[in-house]
Amino acid sequence: MQMLIYLIPISLFLGGLGLAAFFWTIRTRQYDDPDGDSQRILSDDWDDRPKP
Amino acid sequence: MSLAVPSTQACPACAAAPLAEAIADHAAQEPVSGPLILSLPTIHCAACISKVEHTLNAYPGVLNARVNLTLKRASIEAESEVTADDLTKALTDVGYEAHELDASALGTTATDRGGRDLLMRLAVAGFASMNVMLLSVAVWSGAEAATRDLFHWISAAIAIPAVGFAAQPFFRSAWAVVSKGHMNMDVPIALAIILALGTSLYETAHSGAHAYFDAALTLTFFLLAGRYLDYRTRAVARSAAEELTALEVPRALRVQDGKETLIAVDELSIGDTILVKPGGRMPVDGVVVSGMSELDRSLLTGETLPVYAGLDTVVSAGEVNLTGPLTISATAVGRDTSLYRLADLVAVAESGRNRYTSLADKAAKLYAPGVHILSALSFIGWYFYTFDLRTALNIAAAVLIITCPCALGLAVPAVTTAASGRLFRKGMLIKNGTALERLSVVDTVVFDKTGTLTEGKPQLINSAEIDPKMMSIAMGLATSSSHPLAKAIADAAASEGYSPAGLENIKELPGCGMQATYDGRSVRLGRADWIGAEAISETASYLMLDGSLPVVFRFTDQLRDGAQAAVSSLIAQGMKVHLLSGDTEAPVVDLANRLGISDWRAGVLPEEKAKHVADLAQSGHVLMVGDGLNDTAALAAADVSISPATALDAARVAADMVLLGNDLSVIGEATVTAQKATKRIRENFRIATLYNVIAIPIAIAGLATPLAAALAMSLSSITVSLNALRVR
Repeated sequence: MQMLIYLIPISLFLGGLGLAAFFWTIRTRQYDDPDGDSQRILSDDWDDRPKP
Repeated sequence: MSLAVPSTQACPACAAAPLAEAIADHAAQEPVSGPLILSLPTIHCAACISKVEHTLNAYPGVLNARVNLTLKRASIEAESEVTADDLTKALTDVGYEAHELDASALGTTATDRGGRDLLMRLAVAGFASMNVMLLSVAVWSGAEAATRDLFHWISAAIAIPAVGFAAQPFFRSAWAVVSKGHMNMDVPIALAIILALGTSLYETAHSGAHAYFDAALTLTFFLLAGRYLDYRTRAVARSAAEELTALEVPRALRVQDGKETLIAVDELSIGDTILVKPGGRMPVDGVVVSGMSELDRSLLTGETLPVYAGLDTVVSAGEVNLTGPLTISATAVGRDTSLYRLADLVAVAESGRNRYTSLADKAAKLYAPGVHILSALSFIGWYFYTFDLRTALNIAAAVLIITCPCALGLAVPAVTTAASGRLFRKGMLIKNGTALERLSVVDTVVFDKTGTLTEGKPQLINSAEIDPKMMSIAMGLATSSSHPLAKAIADAAASEGYSPAGLENIKELPGCGMQATYDGRSVRLGRADWIGAEAISETASYLMLDGSLPVVFRFTDQLRDGAQAAVSSLIAQGMKVHLLSGDTEAPVVDLANRLGISDWRAGVLPEEKAKHVADLAQSGHVLMVGDGLNDTAALAAADVSISPATALDAARVAADMVLLGNDLSVIGEATVTAQKATKRIRENFRIATLYNVIAIPIAIAGLATPLAAALAMSLSSITVSLNALRVR
């Protein structure tokens, strides 16, 4: 049972990381254009370097 | 949920997201010179996005342009000298249809915030419920004594702050109604959540075996999911409705000291001189000070015959100028125009939808008191049976939790989301939440004629009776005019293979007609009184070749696509179909016969229309379909109403549903979908009730465990959602 002391905080931390990532995606408006984002991945623009 | 942070950086959309945010921030700081927004109805793929963005970004003066494919819009940041017209032209040149949108009519930022807020709470509830469920599974599978207590304490530490954040919408709404002495669905929900947390905390402190932390969280999660679905449906409808409004950018040409300036309609004041070009809509009420033309008043009165306009003719906002440029002097602007006054009347008269109680409200009225009474009774019963407050309170909480308000909370939004989505794909926009339920009981349908069943576009009907020589002369004259009747003649002649006769000195006299010389003889095409011919009661144009008899070109209004299909389908469904029009008798009878409508009325004034619809609504459930200003009062008086996208803004606001495409046939389908949706909603209520009938006795008997509560809640929510998907 001793490992619970590590495992529970670790599981909570990992879950919290996922939650924080989700918050970040909402805050940076990544769900404003789901159709466009799924199409943009096919475009060749900015394949070599990121958009300045 | 566990999005890997580093990998997302590779995606171009995410790399650009901070940029989008920067634009949004920029727009928030400087609302005056916000970005230009263009509607791009034809874009659909990655190639379109990249071509549009390249074209726009290459345009001199454009700082940044970004396409949103979901909304089919482009948002452009540019120097102030770049106008939307320039960009529209640039896009049309590369083959994309583009329209300017009025950015002030698109209130997207506020709606976004509401949705993001709900999504955030949903995420917290989901995260917390998954973690607590994991700990609960350990307890259910046999953790004991100190381990169980530890797990309960950790659950409490997660659940209490999570619920405190995620369930706020329910607490707020429940408090708002309770403080006014009313009751809604959120009251038992808030009470169940609080009681579950409270008793579980107490149990945990006393090393009890049962804790309902997971139930409180899953309940919050499922209910937030329902709320978010509901919100999304309305947000989609609202943004589409806003886009229709934004398509009509309210601008006018003001003439001052011989100079024309394009300004916003809001900035016009009484006494301003305004130039209205042919094809333009009157922005304000006024009097004609110079120019001659004809006016299309069909949106206001339903009349299809164009009306002559010359010096001192009184014009009202919303009329369309047809042939020549008119200069008008404004007599009433903005909210004082007759258009707005009529639209205001509608807002006052909105009774049809207010007297309707939605199924969800009916269910809440039965459910909320019922659950409270049951829970209170089991508390009292158990207290007098055991004289143990703790047991009695635990059982009362179990009853509240296990009655599954989550299934009831999902029952309506899950179905309306599925049904609205289905109709939206077919081109119908549902603006009002209860519109589908009201549509499902409709037994009488009232149609307007002009602009609703018909296109409002004339079509030549007697070309076969006309001498071929006259036809080609008429075609020669008609091709050089933009008047709708002239266009109809030119189209008909072209489709029948005529070629225009050789004419000389072609001249258009605005408000009268066309004039030319043919073989040395003068020839005229236009109004009866100008030609010197006897006018007939139908929409007609007259051709007079010097020295011969006048020729009459008769027109009928072209049927809208799917009008026949819609009417036949409604009649086949056993509904009574009426036709009410402000137009003269001849075209109304003609249309009624063509479509097989037996109940028709012509020359109906707007008030009579509203009264007639209200009378019909007394004895049945009326669906009104109309587009003009003369229909708005009737649209509001009906139980449920539909207007086409081409309708006046005031009519679209008054209607519950808007047809986005040109096709009317979706109306027949909509009634069927509405009936199906309402049936599913009722089924969902029955499913939720069935679960309760099984679960409540178990809870009251004191046999319910947190595991049973979790199973009942999840199962009922999933069945309800799956049942709703059958509507799609």
